[in-house]
Amino acid sequence: MSVRKLSASALKDWVAALVARQPVYAPQAKQDRFDYDLLKRAEDLRLDYDVTILPPKRFLQPPRETILQFRKGSFEPVVEAEPFVLFGVHPYDVVAIGQMDRVFSSDNPDVHYMARRQKATIVASDVQRPSPDVFAGCMGTATVSEGFDVLLTLVNDDYIVDARTEKGEALLKLARGLQEADAVSLGRREQIWKDATRFLRRHDLRCRPQELPDLLDGAWEHPVWKKRAERCYSCGSCVLVCPTCFCFDVRDEVEYDLESGRRVRVWDSCQLPDFAVVAGNHNFRKQRHERYRHRYYRKAKYLWDRYHFIACVGCGRCASACTTKIANPVEVFNTLLEDRP
Amino acid sequence: MSCCGASGRDIYLPEQATIVRNRPVTALENFIEVRFDSGRDLGHMPGQFVMLSIPGIGEAPISVSSSPDRKGSFEMVVRRVGRLTSALHRLPEGSRIGVRGPYGTHFPVEDGMKGRDVLFITGGIGLVPVRSAIHYVLNRRREYGQVTILYGTKSPAERLFLDELREWSQRKDITYMETVDRGDESWKGNVGVITTLMPKVSIRPDRTTVIVCGPPVMYKFVIVKLYEMNVPQENIYVSLERRMKCGVGKCGHCQINGLYTCLDGPVFRFADVAEVQEAI
Repeated sequence: MSVRKLSASALKDWVAALVARQPVYAPQAKQDRFDYDLLKRAEDLRLDYDVTILPPKRFLQPPRETILQFRKGSFEPVVEAEPFVLFGVHPYDVVAIGQMDRVFSSDNPDVHYMARRQKATIVASDVQRPSPDVFAGCMGTATVSEGFDVLLTLVNDDYIVDARTEKGEALLKLARGLQEADAVSLGRREQIWKDATRFLRRHDLRCRPQELPDLLDGAWEHPVWKKRAERCYSCGSCVLVCPTCFCFDVRDEVEYDLESGRRVRVWDSCQLPDFAVVAGNHNFRKQRHERYRHRYYRKAKYLWDRYHFIACVGCGRCASACTTKIANPVEVFNTLLEDRP
Repeated sequence: MSCCGASGRDIYLPEQATIVRNRPVTALENFIEVRFDSGRDLGHMPGQFVMLSIPGIGEAPISVSSSPDRKGSFEMVVRRVGRLTSALHRLPEGSRIGVRGPYGTHFPVEDGMKGRDVLFITGGIGLVPVRSAIHYVLNRRREYGQVTILYGTKSPAERLFLDELREWSQRKDITYMETVDRGDESWKGNVGVITTLMPKVSIRPDRTTVIVCGPPVMYKFVIVKLYEMNVPQENIYVSLERRMKCGVGKCGHCQINGLYTCLDGPVFRFADVAEVQEAI
């Protein structure tokens, strides 16, 4: 599949054609920030966004989704999935989606996630403007080479359009004015990719991400957990905005007839006080610092041990979202590095 | 994306089942027998659990108490502690419920126990899942060495499976001992926590596999005693409880450090969790 080029105005026409055909979720301005939303007009697309308030995971694992229905004591399967396009996804979020794919496709595959994932076409976009807390450059996620269908890179005033899958090619059939990408533009794109690692580094993790599991191995009793957790409200904001958090709760909702209804799964957070409470009210992570510590161990050790990825892509959303400014993973890990025996 | 599984079985969809027996056995616990509408056997091993659903109420992990030798239905003993278990107690026999499973690891009734001595140490409703293993062993009594069962409850009123306790205490081919934390006027047996029974049993530490199941507080003390009795950690198995929402390694609730209780447990070899900070 060849790499092509579109002018900014041709890109807009292409987006308009996509919007007319199927739901397109894309970053748009929300007051002074950005967030994904259903794109109604091509001109609302903001590929110059720095970061979205919420990651695009909600289109694959919605905050609330029906997983089955029941009627008079019988259960009926429900799989909700319609074709859609996720447009303008930054590389770190593409990596995060790849991690969710691993989790939900391995061992016991999750049909609800997988059905949505298969219906999704992902148009990635290289970052044009770094967000205040981004550190993707430290996490190896400033650029991405897989896990998307099309990659867009702004080079001068044109977009390099790089389709990597049949789904991506199918999407490009709606584009007019595609040209072969010239060597100069491709060279410029190489430079953008090289620069991204430096450019997306507002915080500087002082080790390679692969060293984090070992770092945490000896850090269970480190004072950083209690010290920072003293200021934790257990609000769960850090989890809510995290592109790699996928824990969920399951609840039943009943209709007024008290016989029919649905089972829904909703986002949950290990930072909320009742996350590990069992019937009888025993709480296996009662203290704030236990829950706070759990989050970093899960990100940088537990999921590494199970799936071999570091579940932090350096988007910086948690650092920005935290009211008391204790959620920046780089600060936590750098503190541990300084005190490493 | 290369992976795929949008077709295939829905891991969250329960199988239809019917409650064939539901009767109180203590002030807090009901004995519940369940049959799949398909007539299939659960096909579990002792120590495994199911996710039990009541439409409109929700779903919760429940230990299986019958042995796999029982065909056509399976048994549970459920303490009324939460929303689902309270609703479950109220369901009349014949009610339709949903069941997923069996899930999780099981007691090593085959490889880790056959030809060896077995010591069961149970506290409170910890006896419920262990009963499955006890039945399994007693149904094949000759294939095991010495069999010892220790059972502790808070009070005489909380003792479960009274007919079976009587039978075990009368059998000559096993040692059965029990205790209560606090007795009453009619209680003539041992009084004291479960660890007070342990010095009374003589075991061959190198030939004994120990199964421990009880409330969270019990493990620490029992493990210390077993250490004093020179039982190697490799031969101790514990069954642990955690909050669970999926049972299949996705929801994140049941983590004990990096372990998933639903996949890596609920039965753990103690040697594998001795250094895991959140385990015991």
